[in-house]
Amino acid sequence: MKPAIEIRNLGKQYALATAAPYLSIRDMISDSVKSIFKAKKNNDQFWALKDIDLDIQPGERIGIVGRNGAGKSTLLKIISRITPPTTGEVLLRGRVGSLLEVGTGFHPELSGRENIYLNGSILGLKKTEINRQLDAIISFSGIEKFIDAPLKHYSSGMQLRLAFSVAAHLEPEVLLIDEVLAVGDQEFQKKCIAKMEEVSKQHGRTILFVSHNLKAINDICQKAVFLEQGKNILYDDVRKVTSHYIASLDAGVNTRKLDNTTSKKIFIEEVKTFNGEKATSSTFTGGEKIGIAIRIRNNDWRHGFTISLGLNAISKGRVWRSQQFFSAENSSSSREFIAWLPGEMLAPGSFSIDIAILDDKKESLDFLTDALNFEIPVANTKFEDMDYDYGVISKEANWQEI
Amino acid sequence: MAIFMPMDKLVTSIKPPSGLTLGVRELWHHRELFYFFTWRDIKVKYKQTYLGIVWALLQPLGMMLIFTFLFSRTWKIDTGPVAYPVFVLAGLLCWNLFYSSVSHAGDSMIQNAHIIRKIYFPRLIIPCSAILVALFDFLIAFIIFLILCPLLKQSIDIAALVYFPAGILLTILAAAGLGFWLAALNVKFRDFRYALPFLLQLLFFASQVIYPLQGIQRPLFKWLLAINPVNAAIELFRAPLSNRSPDMTIVLIGTGSSLLLLIIGLFYFRKTEAYFADLA
Repeated sequence: MKPAIEIRNLGKQYALATAAPYLSIRDMISDSVKSIFKAKKNNDQFWALKDIDLDIQPGERIGIVGRNGAGKSTLLKIISRITPPTTGEVLLRGRVGSLLEVGTGFHPELSGRENIYLNGSILGLKKTEINRQLDAIISFSGIEKFIDAPLKHYSSGMQLRLAFSVAAHLEPEVLLIDEVLAVGDQEFQKKCIAKMEEVSKQHGRTILFVSHNLKAINDICQKAVFLEQGKNILYDDVRKVTSHYIASLDAGVNTRKLDNTTSKKIFIEEVKTFNGEKATSSTFTGGEKIGIAIRIRNNDWRHGFTISLGLNAISKGRVWRSQQFFSAENSSSSREFIAWLPGEMLAPGSFSIDIAILDDKKESLDFLTDALNFEIPVANTKFEDMDYDYGVISKEANWQEI
Repeated sequence: MAIFMPMDKLVTSIKPPSGLTLGVRELWHHRELFYFFTWRDIKVKYKQTYLGIVWALLQPLGMMLIFTFLFSRTWKIDTGPVAYPVFVLAGLLCWNLFYSSVSHAGDSMIQNAHIIRKIYFPRLIIPCSAILVALFDFLIAFIIFLILCPLLKQSIDIAALVYFPAGILLTILAAAGLGFWLAALNVKFRDFRYALPFLLQLLFFASQVIYPLQGIQRPLFKWLLAINPVNAAIELFRAPLSNRSPDMTIVLIGTGSSLLLLIIGLFYFRKTEAYFADLA
């Protein structure tokens, strides 16, 4: 059988982001005046993807892993034709549906029902197909009661349910998904994963799934691609690829390469894990204090911000989070913060940390997923059995005989 | 049979952009989107308004009253056999169709940037739908115009069956050309967003909305103004109101310039649309 997706020598070159994503004529004029006097620089272009070759067979579920900026989303954007490649070719056999963001085109003034039609047709459904599936879409979303109310009165959870519900009823042969499952409540996430598995297994649909949630990737996908700085590092069985990815993550210190952050008003510059003696470390003993030092560079952000920390047990998912607001009183351009994790509660295993800076509306100003990882080896704890799954919390129960 | 196998149904090749086509087949494939975008914009436009669709009438009628007050009493303008209110309303209808088509189409790519960044479909649908919304408002005002004419003792010649559609078509072709061009330029250079209202205001005075172009004596000045395609459209649109036949030189020059605009607009839009998602 011919592959559902054939990717040959694919590359995508971007001009490095300037301060504004769009141009103004004034900039163009001033740039061209400057370029008369200066030799043209060659380093203002970078390859978001380079020399990618992949064959994906029909019905295969492929996960795509990699750090921020590795080219995962760019790859999906090219396959979904949102942005053209610079080199190479992609051959797609079958209809492609993309869930690059669910709910695209939702309009707050329109009712839920009207939005199903609008969103469905933007996603590529014919009106007759929407008519046929309307009842199924509404009942899957679980918001029958409010379906004729304007969308602006929905909670964000309800909007997401409606959005995913439309998307789940697309019938493409190739489905592209990017981080959809990061939002929504647990129950609905389960429903979505179940629906995705049903869709791909029963209907033999090909799925490309980009996520930082390695557990979800391990659950859903058979194979995975590991991208790093736009290059295809490994394309193999999903477990091999995810463990290779974990092994490649920074341990101890993660200093950001600044080339794609300079346009940000505020960003995470460096993250370190260290132990009780304030020594940088990525391996801890059971019960030891685990500190996270975060250095934030403030270029032009005049307000306070919230730092949000997320702790993931690798291949088990998010286990803990903490947020703290810091005011703008300290206006220095470089600020450092320390957060102590509840290390004494953690069972042996591998962990990774996500960090985000949020504004007062909880919108992300900068984020770093899998910023660092650290390990609590079984040998460093009171536990002995290397193969036993100790879960994530090491604290013992309060045992009593009654 | 192999034909029914989904794998053979559709093979898409994605390559770096090269060559220029109109992509008509793809537009046809996505034809329902024209309807949905237009439907959305009309629906949203009049939601939470008390007067609703009446707004489509108030603007041209209000302008008509102002201009009639100014130019039929204070400074008299010779409009031949056509009463000034009818004369100016006919011009305003065409002008408003052109004005709202160009300004909505020009802004449409930015307004829909959130969709462009996420989903692929032929981008031309977006400015086209913006023009369809303007056409919808026009048709409502046009019906009222047809009702008003007998009330104002204005006869309409049978040739209107040709002249009205021709005038409307010419307006839309010119507006589409300019609208596509501006929509694409706006994605790249936001300057056009600020230049557009000014540009359109200049164009209003260069259009024979409140005065007749045929009344201008110096031919050079007249031919220069005829390059503005709105003049040709209004010339056609007004023809069945008087016994005068339209000035064919004005019509031909205007048709030529609107076709030129359409070609430039389409060419530029198609040339740059692949990169909209990177810039928007």
